[in-house]
Amino acid sequence: MERRAVYRNKVLPWLLIGPQLILVLVFFYWPTSQALYWAFTLEQPWGGGNAWAGFDNFLYIFRDNRYWATVLRSAFYALAATGLSMLVALTLASFVDRALKGTKLFQSVFIWPYAIAAPAAGVAFRFIFSPEAGLIGGINTIWPGIWDPATNAAHALAMVIICHAWLGIGYNFVFFLAALQMIPKSLSEAGAMDGARPFQRMMDLQLPLIAPTAFFLLIMNIISSFTDSFGLIDTMTEGGPIGQTEVMVYKIYIDGFKGLDYSGAAAQSIILMLLVISLTFVQFKWVERRVHYN
Amino acid sequence: MIERSPFFDALTYFAMLVGLVIVVLPFWIVIVAASQSLQEVSRVPISLLPSDQLWINLQEAWARADLGPKMVNSFIVAIGVTVGKITLAAMSAFAIVFFNFKARMICFWLIFITLMLPLEVRIVPTYSIAANALLPFQVILDTFGITWLVQQLSGIQIALNWNLLNSHAGLILPLVATATGTFLYRQFFMTIPDELAEASKMDGASAMEFFWDVLIPLSRTNMLALATIMFVGSWNSYLWPLLITTDRANFGTVVMQLKALIPNMNGTPDWNVTMAGALIIMLPPLLVVAFMQRWFVRGLISRDK
Repeated sequence: MERRAVYRNKVLPWLLIGPQLILVLVFFYWPTSQALYWAFTLEQPWGGGNAWAGFDNFLYIFRDNRYWATVLRSAFYALAATGLSMLVALTLASFVDRALKGTKLFQSVFIWPYAIAAPAAGVAFRFIFSPEAGLIGGINTIWPGIWDPATNAAHALAMVIICHAWLGIGYNFVFFLAALQMIPKSLSEAGAMDGARPFQRMMDLQLPLIAPTAFFLLIMNIISSFTDSFGLIDTMTEGGPIGQTEVMVYKIYIDGFKGLDYSGAAAQSIILMLLVISLTFVQFKWVERRVHYN
Repeated sequence: MIERSPFFDALTYFAMLVGLVIVVLPFWIVIVAASQSLQEVSRVPISLLPSDQLWINLQEAWARADLGPKMVNSFIVAIGVTVGKITLAAMSAFAIVFFNFKARMICFWLIFITLMLPLEVRIVPTYSIAANALLPFQVILDTFGITWLVQQLSGIQIALNWNLLNSHAGLILPLVATATGTFLYRQFFMTIPDELAEASKMDGASAMEFFWDVLIPLSRTNMLALATIMFVGSWNSYLWPLLITTDRANFGTVVMQLKALIPNMNGTPDWNVTMAGALIIMLPPLLVVAFMQRWFVRGLISRDK
């Protein structure tokens, strides 16, 4: 970085970076500080006076059982969707990595889910899992009423999680495959010469070598499960049945825009933000350490 | 790989076929259902064979969700955001890497930290800033007494107001700032040898000429990679368009229309039309990814590492 900077100019760099800085200040830092301010005041929805509330908004949320249920649900959602998606992607990537004839075709198809908008996948999966139509609903003709995401919270949540996991397959697959292909062939060959079977090589050799990628993906997936779930929930369940699939982001939206509780929504936003920030920090720390390994 | 045993090869193909089913089945169901009549789509379990109603359902979905103008909006937004992001990312990275000014690391971090502030956690205040995007500047003017001063001197009351709700600018601008793009461009610019810039300087080229004639052509690969993932991302964006457009008829995007196509609780369960709509809406980014795969993969991988 230091050796750089060949040009000296007082005005030009500001003209170049100015537009981006203005956008960042107006649409990122201003709203963030606004959220902070609202979280500590009592906001009137239609403007007007606002009174300093200190930590009251946060205390109010923390005393709300419905909020804690949402937090737990979000955590479960994040872990389940992440685990499922990464497992499928890793399995597919390790077989594609064997590079047999025709693998390229599979490889390009496995990326497709990345291209799909969450609401589009949501609508498609809602039909697939619909109790009175679609594919899975068919089991209701064998055991009537065994599957019903419209009234059963566990079914509804499972449906959303499966859809989220499916959407993540493409992204995770790309990273896993790249990491596997980075491992020198000679290492695997040496392992094979020592008599390690493919599964054993996977466990003892490949998995440790792709651990940094796996960790990076783990954090990325968890963050995106917490933040990107809105489109899915909104098209698949709208938080129902009776709020049983409401996750943190969805509750912020409902409380803020439907309930016009700006202070409560802002306080919840701050909590979610702290969560994202701490996850990102964990990731940076790890990446830092990984750099030292190499 | 090393083993060439028929057993392992068979296992590999089997696993990949299972994967293919997992990945493709939802697409297949969408296509199949979109091609069936109301009667066929309501059959439980659904027949996995396509029928002959595809064109009729596509037309019905197109008309019902008013997809024509929404397609135009979606393309305006996706292309606007993509072009904007790439332009701003290249400009900012150029300033940060090639110019000697004191605040450059502060600027870089100001942009980079926005990674930790996703839209989802600042939706309510971002919406309120969209109602008047010039509010921060008004506050600055008020705080430093400039508003008062101007009013005293000229009698003009400064009242800055720029409402972005229900406008293409509002759909695009808040999504244009990009930390990942700036970061990727910065990484790329740092691989360019100093000598290149020095040489261009000696040839009498100005900084902007160097940027335009040397750096931009060199970064073509980078640009394609970024463009693919950014196009997909902005076409698929849902929450922001949903918030900022109350005037759905004129400023709605196609992804927002999906919900309008879901059969009503007590209405006709014409999922065939819904799936036809979903098919139309998921097609553009899918085509981009399918055709730009090489660039897309590169962009995705270099983006976060």
